Amino acid sequence: MINERKLIAALQHGLPLVSHPYAVIADQIGSTETEVIDYIRFMKDKGDIKRFGVVVHHRQLGYNSNAMVVWDIPDDRVDELGECFGQFDFVTLSYRRPRHLPDWPYNLFCMIHGKDRTDVLKNLDLMVQHCNVADIRHEPLFSNRCFKQRGAIYIHTDDDKKAHRA
Amino acid sequence: MAAEPIGHLDRHHHKTELIQQLLNAFQHDFPLSATPYADIADKLGITEQAVIDLLTQLKQQNILSRVGAVFRPNRVGASTLAAMAVPEHRLEEVADIISSYPAVNHNYEREHHFNLWFVATAENAEHLDSILNDMEKKTAIRILSLPMEKDYHIDLGFPLQLIQGGHHD
Repeated sequence: MINERKLIAALQHGLPLVSHPYAVIADQIGSTETEVIDYIRFMKDKGDIKRFGVVVHHRQLGYNSNAMVVWDIPDDRVDELGECFGQFDFVTLSYRRPRHLPDWPYNLFCMIHGKDRTDVLKNLDLMVQHCNVADIRHEPLFSNRCFKQRGAIYIHTDDDKKAHRA
Repeated sequence: MAAEPIGHLDRHHHKTELIQQLLNAFQHDFPLSATPYADIADKLGITEQAVIDLLTQLKQQNILSRVGAVFRPNRVGASTLAAMAVPEHRLEEVADIISSYPAVNHNYEREHHFNLWFVATAENAEHLDSILNDMEKKTAIRILSLPMEKDYHIDLGFPLQLIQGGHHD
């Protein structure tokens, strides 16, 4: 029996770069290599793991610009347009989120990446044309300084806390 | 300082092409086998050690974040996207306070009245709320919490074009 919480805690820092990485994870959580592999496959099938593989820092590869584009979409069209936006390969996220009126009227968020600002705006234009949303209020929020970026830590062990202080 | 050649690959262009293949092909469909790096090596026509060395080097250069799982938001634990409207003269100070929380994984300045955006993640919703409350008290700035309600995106990774003059569609 695998302890899911322990597996997630071990996985969130990434797979070790050694010949038998799943065996190393298994050792850390008192399980076996096969159990670890099977359980990761199970979490993928369930959709708890959206993607398993190489995770890159876009900025380090010349994809220096990204805009979070926020849209104020009539409630009955959010699903349709969220799916329309989510299909572009330069879009890495398309989420419905709550409005906070009066400060925040927007209910759909998507992240557009590009090599520079012009590239991002060109991609946004492509989306607007393709999904036919020129009349829908939206704003691109370009990223400026990045203060922090790393993988999400869901479960904090004592080792994590030490690492974060370091 | 020039990067060390990997194995027999001493031509820069060849290496960039290899990195592009490695990063594009294995953002998705990473092998769930006992020896995943050996399987990748077979597909790329290089040795297992060359794959491990290349990934280690990309990790050191901070190009590779990690090899691992992207968890579906709110399936495992609780998370939210939070926004703050921070007066310009306090931005760095407030950003540092926010970044100091282990629960925060992304923290960006964005060009908007709401100019500080971060993602916070915790084991459950109660813990997440208490973290956001604590941040508001420490900074004396209101936090807009915008948790994901529905995900429309299928994550297939991001197509990378590293070679100049290449075509990307």
